[in-house]
Amino acid sequence: MDGTAGGRDRQGAGSPAAGLGRVVRVIDFVRNVRLWFAPEEVRREGHTPDYRFSLANERTFLAWLRTALALIGGGFAVDQFLPDLGWTWRIGLALALLAAGVLCSLRAVNHWVRCERAMRRGEDLPASRFPALLSIVVAVVAVAMVVVVLAGWAG
Amino acid sequence: MTDGLDDGAGGGQGAVRDPGLQPERTRLAWRRTTLSSTVAAVLAVRASLHGGASPAGIVVCALCCVLWLGFLRVAHLRIRALASEPGPARVPPVLAARQAAAAVLCTVALAVCAAVLVV
Repeated sequence: MDGTAGGRDRQGAGSPAAGLGRVVRVIDFVRNVRLWFAPEEVRREGHTPDYRFSLANERTFLAWLRTALALIGGGFAVDQFLPDLGWTWRIGLALALLAAGVLCSLRAVNHWVRCERAMRRGEDLPASRFPALLSIVVAVVAVAMVVVVLAGWAG
Repeated sequence: MTDGLDDGAGGGQGAVRDPGLQPERTRLAWRRTTLSSTVAAVLAVRASLHGGASPAGIVVCALCCVLWLGFLRVAHLRIRALASEPGPARVPPVLAARQAAAAVLCTVALAVCAAVLVV
């Protein structure tokens, strides 16, 4: 729900409607953050879905959390195991991976809450462009690493 | 949606059709996640104590260990809740938002520790 509404707003970036859409998204995110710590509030809405759907949602959340942990581990690994890399590159790459990990974990819990709420209300599950963004980032990083390795090999 | 559920019996009889694979799969997912967090914590300890143990390094190392234990506690509670055999009429408890948030906060704090160590 939220994702599709956001996608429509983004087309008119800069217009008052887009600004309003952004404000609505921020308010929605803050509301979701409150829900992380107030499970009773989620439980008060709608009806309880089949427990298997809730467990599947939980496993998806855990899979995203593992992705986040892997990104954080990658950040540590870049810092620790690439001492020959220039300081700027090493710090930049490590911080980028760590930031991606933080984003990924925050998004994991936010998406979990939104899915849980959508299932309780009987709505469609929220659409999201996050997986596409993350895979593009990972692909770009992988291509960059190939270039670096080939350049180091040739030089 | 109610493929495995008998009519008129609610979710109770469904538990017979699906006798424990969903809770078990979820439990194993928690175990995998614990393993991932252990790898990240080991890397954190290695990074913090790399090149001699400075006081700051020891503090960050201890913090990372505490975060790892926090994550382990959340996972352990959840695994135990899922492992307790529910009666025929009961379904496994749903993950509490507080537990999800606690696991994510541990992960984020670990990343912050990593950023402190890297810079």
